[in-house]
Amino acid sequence: MDREQQQRLQREEHERHEVIERVEPMPEPAAAARLHRELERTWYVPSGLIGSLCVVDHRTIAKRYIVTAFCFFIFAGLLAVLMRIQLAVPNNHFLGPDLYNQVFTTHGTMMMFLFAVPVMEAMGVYLVPLMVGTRNIAFPRLNAFSYFVYLFGGVMLTVTLLMNTAPDVGWFAYVPLAGPDYTPGKRADFWAQLITFTEVSGLAVSVELVATILKTRAPGMSLNRMPLFVWSMLVTALMVIFAMPSVVTSSSMLLLDRLVGTHFYNPAEGGDSLLWQHLFWFFGHPEVYIIFVPALGIVSSVIATFTGRPVFGYPAMVLALVATGFIGFGLWVHHMFATGLPQLGLTYFTAASMIIAIPSGIQIFCWIASLWRGRPRFHTPLLFVLGFVAIFVFGGLSGVTLASQPFDLQVHDTYYVVAHFHYVLLGGAVFPLIGGIYYWFPKMTGRMMDDGLGKITFWVLFVGFNVTFFPMHILGFEGMPRRVYTYPAELGWGPLNLVATIGAGMLALGGLLFLYNVVKSHAAGAVASANPWNGGTLEWSVPSPPPVYNFLYQPVVEGRDALWERSADVPVVVGIRSDCREVLITDVMDAEPSNKVEYPEPSIWPFLCAVVTSAFFIGSIFTPWALPVAIIPLAITLIGWFWPKSPRAEAPGVAAPVKEAA
Amino acid sequence: MMQSMFHPAGPVAQRIASLGWLLLAVCIVVYVLVMLVTLWALLRRRPVAEDVPRTTRRLTRTVMIATVVTAVILALFTVSSVVAGRGLASPTGPGAITVDVIGHQWWWEFQYRDVTPSDFVTSPNELHIPVGVPVHLKAISRDVIHSFWVPNLLGKRDLIPGQVTNTWLQADDPGIYRGQCAEFCGHQHAHMAFVVVAEPMDKFLAWIQHQRAPATGPASDEEKHGHDAFMHSTCVMCHTIRGTDAGARLGPELTHIGSRMTIAAGTLPNTRGHLGGWVANAQGIKPGVRMPPNPLNPDDLQAVLTYLGSLR
Repeated sequence: MDREQQQRLQREEHERHEVIERVEPMPEPAAAARLHRELERTWYVPSGLIGSLCVVDHRTIAKRYIVTAFCFFIFAGLLAVLMRIQLAVPNNHFLGPDLYNQVFTTHGTMMMFLFAVPVMEAMGVYLVPLMVGTRNIAFPRLNAFSYFVYLFGGVMLTVTLLMNTAPDVGWFAYVPLAGPDYTPGKRADFWAQLITFTEVSGLAVSVELVATILKTRAPGMSLNRMPLFVWSMLVTALMVIFAMPSVVTSSSMLLLDRLVGTHFYNPAEGGDSLLWQHLFWFFGHPEVYIIFVPALGIVSSVIATFTGRPVFGYPAMVLALVATGFIGFGLWVHHMFATGLPQLGLTYFTAASMIIAIPSGIQIFCWIASLWRGRPRFHTPLLFVLGFVAIFVFGGLSGVTLASQPFDLQVHDTYYVVAHFHYVLLGGAVFPLIGGIYYWFPKMTGRMMDDGLGKITFWVLFVGFNVTFFPMHILGFEGMPRRVYTYPAELGWGPLNLVATIGAGMLALGGLLFLYNVVKSHAAGAVASANPWNGGTLEWSVPSPPPVYNFLYQPVVEGRDALWERSADVPVVVGIRSDCREVLITDVMDAEPSNKVEYPEPSIWPFLCAVVTSAFFIGSIFTPWALPVAIIPLAITLIGWFWPKSPRAEAPGVAAPVKEAA
Repeated sequence: MMQSMFHPAGPVAQRIASLGWLLLAVCIVVYVLVMLVTLWALLRRRPVAEDVPRTTRRLTRTVMIATVVTAVILALFTVSSVVAGRGLASPTGPGAITVDVIGHQWWWEFQYRDVTPSDFVTSPNELHIPVGVPVHLKAISRDVIHSFWVPNLLGKRDLIPGQVTNTWLQADDPGIYRGQCAEFCGHQHAHMAFVVVAEPMDKFLAWIQHQRAPATGPASDEEKHGHDAFMHSTCVMCHTIRGTDAGARLGPELTHIGSRMTIAAGTLPNTRGHLGGWVANAQGIKPGVRMPPNPLNPDDLQAVLTYLGSLR
């Protein structure tokens, strides 16, 4: 290394540290008010019809995501009620086989692809920038684009069901049943293209989250100080990035088989029908962890706040999350135990499927230790988290039994499996999610939800859940396969099915109470302070709801629980321009400031690009010409999207307003 | 009739059921313990001044012990699963017979091969096996993926187009066991059942001897009328009755339909009334089934039913 280079490095090192300054005391109110006005002007959220399509603000987009996802949740939940009515008694004629098959396929597809994954990512889109202390999510326009693509895909699936052309091949669409020979028409194409829609939006959000977490954390928030929720979103996003390409490949090959007559899955022409299962489950098993890992982050957040202590065993928790992310990719074959694969391979996948229980177990033990050590305050969010512990441990244990290949041969594709995955998905993800909504609702809306009604809702949902899904374990033992639209009376499955249907009614009632609470509290709930629960993470340091720019001064973090460990003379970041959307970039490991970048302004182009992309996706269900035709408008929208801004004149006086104030 | 994995009637299901009880028992104990500890953690009386470092040390030790115990239990589960899995891989005793299992949307075909091709026996939706002998199954599918499953006798084995999958089963007690397709295979997946009839070897041999015989010719005038109506209608496009001109192989073979317990893949008991409804309009009973409605006039229909009933 020569002298010149050394000098340059030293200079850069110096510049990097220049952006952090202790402001002692905090700037006077007048300066803060001026900064507030300027930031509000810079980070404006456009309104009006056109304006709302241009929004690139992470909180607005996340709220849209969450509301849309809950709309799909309600719709798919109602479909589940229809199924339970059909199955309440043997030989029922409420839904015929054709409608029933569409309904269960849409229920599964919608819950997995349009509710569970997007809603979890949406929680990340809302909370991660606030928790890491930055002004917006990375790649804000991509974020806007991803929402519209997701919305259009979801609307497409809903419309197909209303038009009686919904997919009817199950949410994992096994070939050759989903191939051109056995599902003529367009039903399976709608399914495959829905996958494309959700892949595009899911991958986009994941890239944004990874970039936000790794590159825009507040100075001082080194990896070992990151909140567990942020860790869980990081693991989730990385899993999406590695899992989705597999299903992109498989669903594209399915579309090609169906649209242009390739033979990827046609055994008669040298294709392979098991190829689909490998590719799909290589995505599909990580998928359940993609849904479940963010929920673990919510649980850790809630437990820390409502016991008033940090979660026990932070390093163990982080390692468990990361281990789950890795092991989750090594057990897809346990969905294929009955396909006749070699015994040696089955042994490996049995062992791998058992091993993943260890990181989950560690997390459960650490949470119990946290509850032991802290002083629990039994508000609604904690109740939902405790409900999660009760249900998820049960579902996890039934999952351990499913890992056993010989036992799985009996219970595979029965109601035992239906019970198991509802225990881990509804209990393991939706209960924490609802708890999380109760927890962060004040932050998102500025109003508290009704705690008393919340507790009633919890008990209705908890009892309803167990009444619905516990009997299904026994139905599985009694030999009831899943995905049957009816069953004969002689087998004696009637009574337990009736019980499950009654439970589904209770679940629907609980959902209604939750919805009522949200609407009522949004309109007239008690006004929330900045930190109503005394939480320790950065989102609670800003007003509820947060201002458009999130943080007046970007914070500097001094410990894992930023607010609980904050010293009186906390330094803040200065030297970030407030007349343009400049944010601080920090390095991956230690969150040392490294440089500054400017985020883009609101723009209509992401919306237009999403419209064109969606038209292309839907068009390619009907003709391969959609691709060449769509390329031109797509290119135009992308050029518009990435058109460079005219260079801004550097105004030296504006560059560092805080310095000036101090 | 039941199809329950915890009422095993053969060594395969027995082994899985024993493993299942082990897994479930351990899991239930673990669950109860975890829940009790959770309740204790929530409700314990908290000292006014807690010795924090000491509590943390003790909790760390407890969490580590719990993790080790978890790992040991999982290792035990893995080993017992692998042992059971290897035990299921191939039959123990000699004297195995082989049956071909062929999956169709939405019915089953069981074929008993023989050195003499004319002695092949095809039995739709009814698998007859001798008691106490391992029966080897070679499974293929003619269309989509199905899964062969008789909970009282064995776990699932998928039928995959373009591949042959193998499994075996053995019934130790004579009896009738219900099975059902376990992989979603389209519209009528719910109505793709079959029965396994396990009987002593001599009765089984007598059955197969009887099945080898071609159909008896029509005896009465009514049966003759039915035979002619059958041969002149669309029935012959799909069905075989050995010993007659009907030789199509799209639908189930009808050579001995009169001797079968159910029709429409376990959907209905094989009575004259049900068969009449089925022949006239199968779509009303099993919507989406491949069999079209048959607009036979009432006389012909009655005669066909008499004829089919005589094919014992």
